[in-house]
This record gives sequence, C-alpha cells and structure tokens, in this order.
Amino acid sequence: MRTDVKRPSVLAVMFSVLGATIVLFILAPIVRMIFAGSYGGLAEALSSSEVRSSIALTMICALLATLTGMVLGLPLAYLLARRSFFGKRFIEAVIDVPVVIPHPVVGIALLLVFGRQFFGGQFFSKFGVTIVGDIPGIVLAMLFVSVSLLINAARDGFERVDPRLEGVANTLGYGPLRTFIRVSLPLSWRALLSGAIMMWARAISEFGSIVIITYNPKVASVLIYDRFTTYGLTYALPVAIVLVLICLCGFALLRGINVRADRVRII
Amino acid sequence: MIRLVDLSFTVGAFELRSVNLEIERGEYFAILGPTGVGKTKLLEIIAGLQSPTSGNVWIADENVTALPPERRHVGFMYQDYLLFPHLTVRKNIMFGLHDKPKLERLRRVDEVSQLLGIEDLLDRQVKGLSGGEQQRIALARAIAPQPRVLLLDEPLSALDPQNRRAVRREMTALHAQLGTTTVHVTHDFEEALVVADRLAVMNEGAIVQIGPPEEVVHKPNSAFVADFFGVENLFKGEIVRCDSALSSTSEAYNAIFKSGALQLSVIAEREGPAYAAIRPEDIVVSNELTHSSAMNNLSGSIVAIEATGPLVRLTADVGVRLVALLTRQSIVALKLDIAAQAYFSIKAAAIHIF
Repeated sequence: MRTDVKRPSVLAVMFSVLGATIVLFILAPIVRMIFAGSYGGLAEALSSSEVRSSIALTMICALLATLTGMVLGLPLAYLLARRSFFGKRFIEAVIDVPVVIPHPVVGIALLLVFGRQFFGGQFFSKFGVTIVGDIPGIVLAMLFVSVSLLINAARDGFERVDPRLEGVANTLGYGPLRTFIRVSLPLSWRALLSGAIMMWARAISEFGSIVIITYNPKVASVLIYDRFTTYGLTYALPVAIVLVLICLCGFALLRGINVRADRVRII
Repeated sequence: MIRLVDLSFTVGAFELRSVNLEIERGEYFAILGPTGVGKTKLLEIIAGLQSPTSGNVWIADENVTALPPERRHVGFMYQDYLLFPHLTVRKNIMFGLHDKPKLERLRRVDEVSQLLGIEDLLDRQVKGLSGGEQQRIALARAIAPQPRVLLLDEPLSALDPQNRRAVRREMTALHAQLGTTTVHVTHDFEEALVVADRLAVMNEGAIVQIGPPEEVVHKPNSAFVADFFGVENLFKGEIVRCDSALSSTSEAYNAIFKSGALQLSVIAEREGPAYAAIRPEDIVVSNELTHSSAMNNLSGSIVAIEATGPLVRLTADVGVRLVALLTRQSIVALKLDIAAQAYFSIKAAAIHIF
C-alpha cells in the first residue's frame, strides 16, 4: 500500500504556499463580503419588496430554465450515453459551446433570434408571448448558458448504469420507455439531481446575457449591478450577500449529494 | 422450441458464423466453449438483446427475429446476476409480473421464492446479499413470469466451488420440476455434462459439434472437441452405494460406481446418477493380476497401441473401452501386444466422480 505520509520537502512547502494563495484568493472576498454588511442593511434589503420580488423572480426563472432543460436535455443525454450515431461528436461539441461564448454575446445572439422583428420573436408573438424584455427572455438566457451542465452530468450518470440492467428489464417485458422510467432514471437520479442543482445555481448567477435581453424586470444580479452603478457599493452589498448565501445553500446541497454518491456506489 | 437458422453476427473482429441449432421443447441444452467464443452473444441474440447480422431466430414456431426482447417471453440471467440495486428482493422478483393483477403477483412471488428457498430474503435490500443468494433471486426473477425459454449465461461461474456443485444439482432438479426449455452457457465441461440433456460445443464463433454429452465426449468430431474435453475415460453411470461416513480418507473407497458391466470402487459424496472420469496416465497396466484392496482391478484384451510422442496410448476392451498411457519401455518390458490379455489397476482416489 502507498503511504500518504511523506517527508516534508522544499517542493511540497513551495507548492503548499502557492496553493494556499489561490484558495485564499477565492475564499477571502466571499467571506469578507458576507461579514461586510451590517445586519441592519441586510434586514432592510430583505424587507424591501423590490429585493424580495427580484430574488423570487431569479429563483423561479432558474427553476423554469432547469425544468425546460430537463424535459429537452435528459432525453438527449440518454441518447448520447447509449447510442453511437453520425454527428454525435458534433452534437457533444454544440452542447459545450455556451461555456466558451462571452455572456453578453449570448444575449446579443438571442436577441437576433427572439427579438420582435426576427423569426423566433415573431413565432412566439403569435401565441402572445413576448420574449425580449420579459420573463421568457430571462428563462431562455438562463437555459442557454446553463443547460450544458445538466446534459453533461446526466450523460455521465446514464453511462454509469450498466446497459445490461436495461436488457434484463427488456426481457422481463419492459419496453424502452418503461425501462427508462423504471430502471435508468431511478439508477441515475443522484447524477440527474446534482446536474439539475448545478444548472439551477449557474442560472441564478447569470448576468451578462440577461442584462442585454431583459433589463426589467430585474433578476437579482441585474438588481445588484443597477444599484451599484446608480447608488454605489453600500446599497448593492446587502442584495449581493443575500444572493451569495442562496448560491452557497444550493452548493452545500450539491456537495451533500455528491459526497453521499461517492460513498454509496451503485453496485 | 428454439430454432436458429444460419445465424451470423459480426462486430469488428468478432463474429458468429452461420449458427444452426434446434432445441427441443423442455430440453436442458448446454452451450459449451472456451471464453470469448461468442456464447453470451448467441444467448443475447436469442433473447433479442442483440440483432443478428443475418439469419433467423424461431421460438415456439414463431419467427421472432424482428421482435424486441420485451415481446419474446424469455427469461434471461447474466453471469453477474444484475439484480436491480434500487429495488428490494421482492420487487426484483415481481419486476416481470407488472401486467398481472396484484393478488396474482404476490402469489407468484411466494411460489417462486418457496421453490428456490429464498422466502426469508424477500424484504432485504439487494446490497449485502451473498453470491449464492443473488443467484437464486436472479433465477427467481427470471422464472417468475413463466417464460417460454430460460436463458442462463454462466449461471454458476460466480459461485465458489462447494456452492457450485450444490446449486448445479438444484438447477437440474428445478428444471425437472418446471420443464422450461433451458439454454445454459458455460465454459466448464463438467458442468455441461451434469446438467445438460444435449450440448453444443462452440469454437471461434461457430458450433463445432452437437449431441448428447456422452456422444460428444466419446466421439469428438474434431481435435478441438477432443482437446477441450481432454478426458479419454469417461463413464456415465450411477453411484449405487455410498457410505458418506467413510468419505475422503485418501486411499480407501466409500462408494460403488456402476456403468453397465463396469463396476468401480470410488470416493463419492452421495448416491445417484454420476460421471466417472479416469486420466489415462493414472491407470497402471500389468501382464499379471495384482491384488490390492484399494485398487480397482480390471482385465481385458488390448485393442490398439499407438505411439503419441514419448508416450504410448493403449486401448483395451475391459467390457468398456479403456485408454491408458504408458512409456515405450514398459510396453516392451510387459510384452504387450494387440489381442494380448492385460490387467489394469486404478486407485479409487484416481477416479474423479461428478
């Protein structure tokens, strides 16, 4: 067996110092921010209807984006995990594209499809749905920037389910859809839930594309930006703290699920 | 019951080549061959989990080649059992009964779990069950919906040797009771011999011989089959008397094995149908009768003498055909020749009973 206890070397000390620097760099601003606000400011922020409705809007839009992502993305993730087909690599690349596009660019690209005078916008306006400058725009922007997290997590989850288990279900009289619902989904729920939480958290933190497509009503990140540019730091800070706490809660939940998933491996 | 017609399957370098096979209703059929020869693939094609490249699969006079697995009514059990880890034992067994009314489902689970002796496990989670327990549950799950055909992929190979013998016996008893047409894939020839009514030997993606076990062993149609069995002296018969209290003291014997005219003193665990195998190099040949209580002494005339490398292969008729291996010198020293009378001694411990 390999032992992890090693003699301290100059190299190890050097690497530890460098590592500590980056960890501190991430941690310090967040901790500093959480403790920078006064409780009065925080209470005021929480009692303000503008702040409350903005946070509610953010969370609901993120939830809608995640649900849409699940309906449209999970079947695709399953196909990617189970089948090989022409153009699979291309589709996998497409799913990862949103990660590398600057978010204001995403906003502009969405405008060019869903703006009033463009195809997507005209299509939805037939059903009385306005996208740009309204809630559907927020949901679409969130969906665009965060759905790849869900699809990739779900694909990994489905890949970990032994396809022969699905085969056994088939021989026991279960068609493909029932097998998916009764075997594949329950055996990968941890990966799916963790993917959904990741997507939801990412959607909550989105700013760049939303600020372009829908400035009003303001999601939390836009509200923070608006307050910061209009009134300055002290006024933006309490809202920022509320938002970061919400994100950290989601993150804690996610870690909890993943830690348990590591411990209880599917046999 | 199962008919495979010109079945071929190719993926990359792997292939099954024009497999033709007919399995009778109620038969226990074994497919025997070394690992990686395409036995599992063949089973998956019968189940519909893989589509053949060409050829047809018939089950009960119905061409099912285009039918998905869920409509073939076959039971399938993988080597590693693959119980559903998210369900209890009861729900695993009930899984294939989804289209039955609730009452019937419960009744069937009771029935099947009694049959396999797993009533006590029904409310357990799948995690933490022993290999033998998992095997029974997987078997229960496969037979619960009363499939037309039961397909078993190396059903015993994940069990430890002691368990394997016991479960092997249970499998044949279960088959006698249910009468379900069964296809049992294995790489263990002893296992195939014990369980199967008939067997097929596979090599490199093709079936090389089909027949009842004794026939395949005694009349191998190729060097491959002969090598694969590697037993020259194999007798199907019965243990007629077994004193288990005396068992396994090295030199003595505790049982009598009978196969036609042949009677041997052997070491066995129980009475009943059995095979006896004797390695040719374990047979001591002489030209006069020696008496030893721990020995089986047979006599007969020599039918053939063939040189096979450094050793000589001697075939004699002692009521049954017996093959012994000797050195060239002993042949000369013993003045053995065709049609001469010779005596053969075999220790009870040298006779493998299974």
